[in-house]
Order: sequence, then structure tokens, then C-alpha cells
Amino acid sequence: MMTETFYEVMRRQGITRRSFLKFCLLTATALGLGPQFVPQIANAMETKPRTPVLWLHGLECTCCSESFIRSAHPLAKDVVLSMISLDYDDTLMASAGHQAEAILDEIIEKYKGNYILAVEGNPPLNQDGMSCIIGGKPFVDQLRRVAKDCKAIISWGSCASFGCVQAARPNPTRATPVHEVITDKPIIRVPGCPPIAEVMTGVITYMLTFDRIPPLDRMNRPLMFYSQRIHDKCYRRPHFDGGQFVEAFDDESARKGYCLYKVGCKGPTTYNACSTVRWNEGTSFPIQAGHGCIGCSEDGFWDKGSWYARLSNIHQFGIEANADKIGGAAAAAVGGAVAVHAAISALKRAQHKGE
Amino acid sequence: MTVLQTPTGFSLDNSGRRIVVDPVTRIEGHMRVEVNVDQENIIRNAVSTGTMWRGLEVILKGRDPRDAWAFVERICGVCTGCHALASVRAVEDALGIKVPKNAYLIREIMAKVLQWHDHVVHFYHLHALDWVNPVNALKADPRATSELQQMVSPSHPMASAGYFRDVQNRLKKFVESGQLGIFKNGYWDNPAYKLSPEADLMAVTHYLEALDFQKEIVKVHTIFGGKNPHPNYLVGGVPCAINIDGNGAAGAPLNWERLMFVRQRLQEAYEFSANVYVPDVIAIASFYKTWLYGGGLSGINVLDYGDYAAVPYDHSTNRLPGGVILNGNWDEVHPIDPRDPEQVQEFVTHSWYNYGDGNNDKGLHPWDGITEPNYVLGANFKGTKTNIQELDEAAKYSWIKSPRWRGNACEVGPLARYILAYAHGVDYVKGQVEDSLGRFNSLAGTALTAKQALPSTIGRTLARALEAHYCAKMMLDDFDALIANIKAGDTATANIEKWDPKTWPNEARGVGNVAAPRGGLGHWIRIKDGKIENYQCVVPTTWNGSPRDPKGGIGAFEASLMNTPMERPEEPVEILRTLHSFDPCLACSTHVISDKGEELTRVAVR
Repeated sequence: MMTETFYEVMRRQGITRRSFLKFCLLTATALGLGPQFVPQIANAMETKPRTPVLWLHGLECTCCSESFIRSAHPLAKDVVLSMISLDYDDTLMASAGHQAEAILDEIIEKYKGNYILAVEGNPPLNQDGMSCIIGGKPFVDQLRRVAKDCKAIISWGSCASFGCVQAARPNPTRATPVHEVITDKPIIRVPGCPPIAEVMTGVITYMLTFDRIPPLDRMNRPLMFYSQRIHDKCYRRPHFDGGQFVEAFDDESARKGYCLYKVGCKGPTTYNACSTVRWNEGTSFPIQAGHGCIGCSEDGFWDKGSWYARLSNIHQFGIEANADKIGGAAAAAVGGAVAVHAAISALKRAQHKGE
Repeated sequence: MTVLQTPTGFSLDNSGRRIVVDPVTRIEGHMRVEVNVDQENIIRNAVSTGTMWRGLEVILKGRDPRDAWAFVERICGVCTGCHALASVRAVEDALGIKVPKNAYLIREIMAKVLQWHDHVVHFYHLHALDWVNPVNALKADPRATSELQQMVSPSHPMASAGYFRDVQNRLKKFVESGQLGIFKNGYWDNPAYKLSPEADLMAVTHYLEALDFQKEIVKVHTIFGGKNPHPNYLVGGVPCAINIDGNGAAGAPLNWERLMFVRQRLQEAYEFSANVYVPDVIAIASFYKTWLYGGGLSGINVLDYGDYAAVPYDHSTNRLPGGVILNGNWDEVHPIDPRDPEQVQEFVTHSWYNYGDGNNDKGLHPWDGITEPNYVLGANFKGTKTNIQELDEAAKYSWIKSPRWRGNACEVGPLARYILAYAHGVDYVKGQVEDSLGRFNSLAGTALTAKQALPSTIGRTLARALEAHYCAKMMLDDFDALIANIKAGDTATANIEKWDPKTWPNEARGVGNVAAPRGGLGHWIRIKDGKIENYQCVVPTTWNGSPRDPKGGIGAFEASLMNTPMERPEEPVEILRTLHSFDPCLACSTHVISDKGEELTRVAVR
């Protein structure tokens, strides 16, 4: 058995046996299991090969991949070398052409039902699907082929999640988000143009660690990163509440860091982690750098008016009470169901491993 | 058997065995290449195809010109920001807006940070595996690797035998796990790989170091533009207001702490390219001293618009001057004017587009571009319309159009810029070229001149490394100029006199040019009644990856593959190596704009 296990990977990264068992205890707790399950979880991790990830690219700009490699915690190199087995990713892989395509067949066969499909970009359906060609065939064919036997799909970024820029009016190629093409698999949507690096690696490592899909809202976005509006946690929020606004770029208020609402900030209607996790290892985020949020993690943000047009719909429902009402209840129900399902799966796995 | 002569002197013979590579990996976007090899496995015909199209310029039509930067920025997330910069420049050119000096300098720093980052990530993460064999690195002696490191780069601190041993052990574990991930199905026993195990281990180690550091330098974009990829831009200036010592400075986008943060990252980048990137390229190249293939068009026709003016808006002070060199005559640089309708033109004879009036062989200046998507395959293609086995290059075969300068196919990119700068006599560039060639010749035991060595795959890769380091130097200079300007009392970052569309003329048109990582980039805009009437991008990979033109002229990708011998035709190491040396960006290169094109788009999305 040459395959390296999760446990070995952790040991190699300098994690002690004691810390490893503590990690298993935390995992058990997080899954709602008692401490008696720790040995089973430890056993599962000690014998588990790295999960294969097949990362496909459709119509896209590759900003998601670029964001991913910016991850600081964990480092992108540790994710790729030690946590997952990134067996197909046309942006980074050594092989090309036939040798690259052969990998897909091999992994699908060998890990049927046990690999993760990550999709960056989306399939176009006009022009017979041939405005995105892989191996002489439409990208949508490759997507369907790989999706068929995957365990779950991660839709990276706004392209895969919603369509993004190529799907903006009039959508000349009929670029279509993944969930409208693949309807029989669990899909986690991680929107943003691109998503924040640590959000991307956070979602992946969560899934590997807890062996379940993170709790999702009704749009299948992870609640832990997408349940609050940027406005809710914005460091400039006191200026909004105090009525102190930037009226024009580079005015005195801009220099003092006042609220950007009047120059078009979409923070009040955008669900993302920019104002909390921030960008590039927490260095800054758009509002901190003086430009309003353009709402890049929202469905159809390209067609919702100029970046500089003041939001006209937020006063009607008030800053505090709005979208929680719209989506909160449904999200909780769906998220809860997924979590319960995942916990049961994990429990069964742990029991099975313990036999 | 057909043999075609191209205007640049290549003989295309498609009678030999056809090799297809699709997908071409480790690039941005999607691309296919087909070649014919003769009985000695030498490439005698090359066909490169852009295999994606997104239609962004159709989407821009009718939108607010001040919003355009964000749309076109999403043309590419790898060269993130260069399309946004070209866009704000085009809009400002159309409306007669000049940005404040601080804004100019901040944009200059951002552009060079991108250039530096893009070049480093390209070399280590997209290109290195064409030269470097990670499996072979397992055979290296860590002590000898340490000695090699200290010889090629005495100033790089991470050079101990123990350090290399740790990396090697990690790599060993990875390979022994049986899950090879991104290295799976590589061509690791192909004799085309020439490095010693020690050089392989050094390069793999720097693959990881570069992966760690690239995330640091982009933080400069995060400070100025809020995030990376895809930082924010602003027509009229930059969005990050400056407040050094006033009321509220601590909460200002740019305060003293933020500027010192930027300074630190710029300095680290300078040291990385000096101590790691440039020495690595020279050392690796010395193992491939007999592999001087891949020159293609670079020894013949090269083009760039010129950029990095030391004095804002004075192009006579461009630190990388532009122009066109034809027929390999480095003694004459033709001036380039992007506004002249006779100079830059695009052709669609072999592209999956039509010009509306039945004449598909004419060239159109970008301000007057017309295109309709028209996906058809030639009489001699093999396969079906949705399962292509072999393309017919006598007909339409790519989503990329064919830009030409006065009808001439040209290569663009860092190598084109370096040949132009060398021909213009830019001192810094000449010094870099002579110094690096000296180091190469001394390691390789050769005596190659610039004119012999530069027009090649290796020369293209070397020019990119040298340009990255030149950019590191220039961005430090720009930073000093920014601080001096602030110190002199100027804190303006945006000119909003013409922010309101009511102040604009009814009709206007403009051009924005940028020295983008992959070559000369141009955006052409027409504005009417405050909205975008027409938007056209002619991007570097459109030049380099273009299909044939009506005169039979081939683009730079196709030319570069010609006459290259392959060790094993079924393993496309040499094809990948040369194509990657251009750093192809396919999402950039494929686009469309037209009134009639919109007709095709009225398809309901369910």
C-alpha cells in the first residue's frame, strides 16, 4: 500500500499523535458524536488516501485558480501536496492532450463516487456548445462525464455559481451555471469574482476534515462565509449610521474613510466575507481601499446598474431587517437537513471503519 | 502533398503524420494545436486554434463607459488589472481626462506588480515543468544542490543542504504516495529533459518558494485596489485616497503604514527576481544550450506600443519604448500609431467569424470592427462538428482573429519588447541582456550574441525574467516618485471634473494601450450619448495565437513550432515548451463585437 494517508500527512507536517487525537475528538464533537467515536475517526483518517479532486475549466478567466494559489492558511502548496490529490487541473497539470484526458477516465473508474469535482467557469450552450472546446468536443460533454460519478461538486466563483460576466446581457454564448446542467449531485456554490482565497481553501479543508458538506443556505452557499452582508460587518459602518458619506471620489470624506454608500457601494446587498475575512491574508478589502463593493458574489450583479449608482432599494426594508427575512428561514431548513444527512453519513462511515 | 510558402519565409508541409494536442494545458483558457511531423519527427506544419469564445464586447455595448473596466478586467484573471488599465486609459483618452500624478504613479506600480507576478507565476507554475523534471530531483545530492545554488546565486539565503534535503524528502513522500496529483502522466522519462538531478531539485524547491512568495507581492494590489485577483480601478484616477497625517488618517485608504507595507513588498520582489528568478532561468537555459529552437517570428517581425513613461503622458520618456521591427532589421524601428486605420487591422479569413458584407478577406481597424460568429469547419476536416479529430487549416479553424500591422504578422510579448528596447538602445535593458548572456555563455561554454540567442524559446523565457526584474526596479523608482510627490504637498488621487456624463461630448472615441504581461494590448472605444457604442480589444495572444491571414501569413505560435525536432511525437514536450514560452492567454484572445452578432444572442436562458 503506497498511498499516503491523511494521518501521515498530518504527521509529516509536524502534528503530533497527541494533537492528531485531539483533532479527532474535535471532529467527533463537531459531528455530534460522543468521545467513544474518536478511535473510529482516527482509524478512518489513518487509512484514508488523499481525496482526488478533478478541477475542470469552462468559459472563465482563471481568476478563481489565481485566487486559490494566494491562500495563506492553509498554504496552497500544502493543499495541493498534502491534503487533496489534484489529479486534473488544466491550469497546473504537467501533462496535456491525450495523457491529460486519460487521467479523467482513470480517476472516474478508480474512485467512482469518491472524488470531488471542482468547476471553474461554466459551459456555453450556444454554437453547439463549441464556443468552449476540450479535446475536440464541447466542454459541457466533459462536465457531464466527470459529474456523473463524483461525490459532490464545488462550483468555484460566480461563473460556475451564477454565470458571471459572459452571462451578462445579452449572454452571446448562452453561458450557463453548473447547477442548471447538472441536477442530480450535491453542489456547493462558492461565488465571488473571484472568491476569497481562504474561503476557497476553507471550504475544501472543511469537507476533507469533517467529511461532510458545510451547512449551506438556500442558494447552496456555505453559511459560514456567505450568511452576512458585507455592510453588516463593515469597519465603515459607524459612518453610515452616523450619516457621514463620501460624496465624490477623493473628497475630504474619502480621505477620512467615510461610508461609500452614496458613490454606489453594494455592501448592503452583498453576501460575502470580504469585510470579515478580508482579502489576501486579511490585508484589506475593496471598501478599505476606497472603492465601493461592486457586489461580485451576487447573482447577475453585472446587470444590476452601474457600480456608481446609489442603491435605491435598501431603505424600503431597512438595513437591519431585510434579506434575513427573505432567505433566512429556508436557508436554516436546508442547511440543517444537509448537516443532519452529512452527520449520519459520517457516523455510518465511522462505524463501518470500526468493524 | 501541399507545400505552402509564407510571406515570412516558412515552408508549410502537411503531408507527414498529424499530431493533435487538445487540451494544451498550463495556459490560461483553452487551446488546441495540431502539427505535421516528417519522417525524422521534425515539425513541418503547425495549426494553432483558440478553442473558447465569450463575447465580452457584445456585452459591453450600451453600458456606462465608467463601468467598462470591471467587465474587461474579467477577460483575464491571470493578467488581472491590465485590461482594466487599458480600459480606463481608453475612456480617459476619449473624454480628454488626465489623471493626477499620484494616480498615474499608483497605476504604474500596480501595472508592474502585475507584470512581475504574472512572469514569476508563469515561469515556475506554468512553464517550469517543460524544462524541469520533478521525479529526477529525487536522485539529487542535497549537498551538491546547495553548492549549485550558491554558485548560480550567491546572495540567496535559502541554500543549505538541509533545506534541500527537507524539500527532497517531502517530494519523495509525495511521489511514493502513488498519488501524483498535478505531476500525474507527465513525460518524466522523455529524453527531452536535460537538467541534472541537482538542478531539478533546485528548480522544484523554487517552484514552492515562488508559490509562497507570489501571494505576498499581490498585496500591493490589495492595498491600492482592495483585492487581488481583480483589483478595483477608477476612471479619472484611483479609488484609494491619500491621507498621510490629517484628521482620520488611520482609517484612510492610503496612510503612512499602508505605503510602508507596499514599500516592503516591492523590495522583497526585487530581491526575489535578482536572487532566484533570473539566476534560475540562466542556469536552466545553460543545460539546453543546444536547444535553440522556437524563434519563429521573433527574429523577423516584432511589435509593441511602448509603455512606462517616466513623465506622465510623455511617450518619448517610455522606459520600454514601442514600435515595429520588420524582417529582422534591428537597425530600423518603425513608429506605431494605434489610431491610424491603415496600421493595426484584424482579419477573419481563417477565424470563426464573418464580416457582414460578404468580403471576409479585408482587414478592419478596431474602431470599425465588425464580426459575426460563424462556427464552420472546412471540407477536409475529420470528425463531426462536435467531435473534431483533425481541423482543416485551409478553411476557418479558430476563435481567434488575425491582427496584422500593415499586413504583417508580428510577435508581441516580453521578447518583442526586449528586442525593441535593445534596438532603441535602452541602457538598462542592454546591460541586462549583455550581463545575462555573459553568465549563460560562461556556464554553457558558448559564445552566443544577443541576436543569435534572443530569437528562440529560451530567449523568450529569458526576456520575460529580465523584464520582471526591470519592472521590480521601475516600481521602486515609481514608489520613490510617489513619496516625493506627496512630500511636495500633492495628495490628489482622482480628477472628477468630467465624472458626470453631462460634461461629455455626444460622440467620442479613444484608445488605451498597455504593456501587458503577454505583449502589447490595445482597447479601442467609441462612446455615444454617454454609452458605449463600440468596444474592441486587440490583445497579445490574438497577435501571437492568430490563425493564417489572407496572404497565408502565419502567426507567432505556428511559426515558433516550425522545424522543431521532437524526441517522441506522441509526447508533446517540445510543443508545450515552445507554446508556453509565449504564456498563452486564450480567454484574452477570443472576443467579438457587432450589431449583427446580437441577433445570434437572442436565445432564452432557461
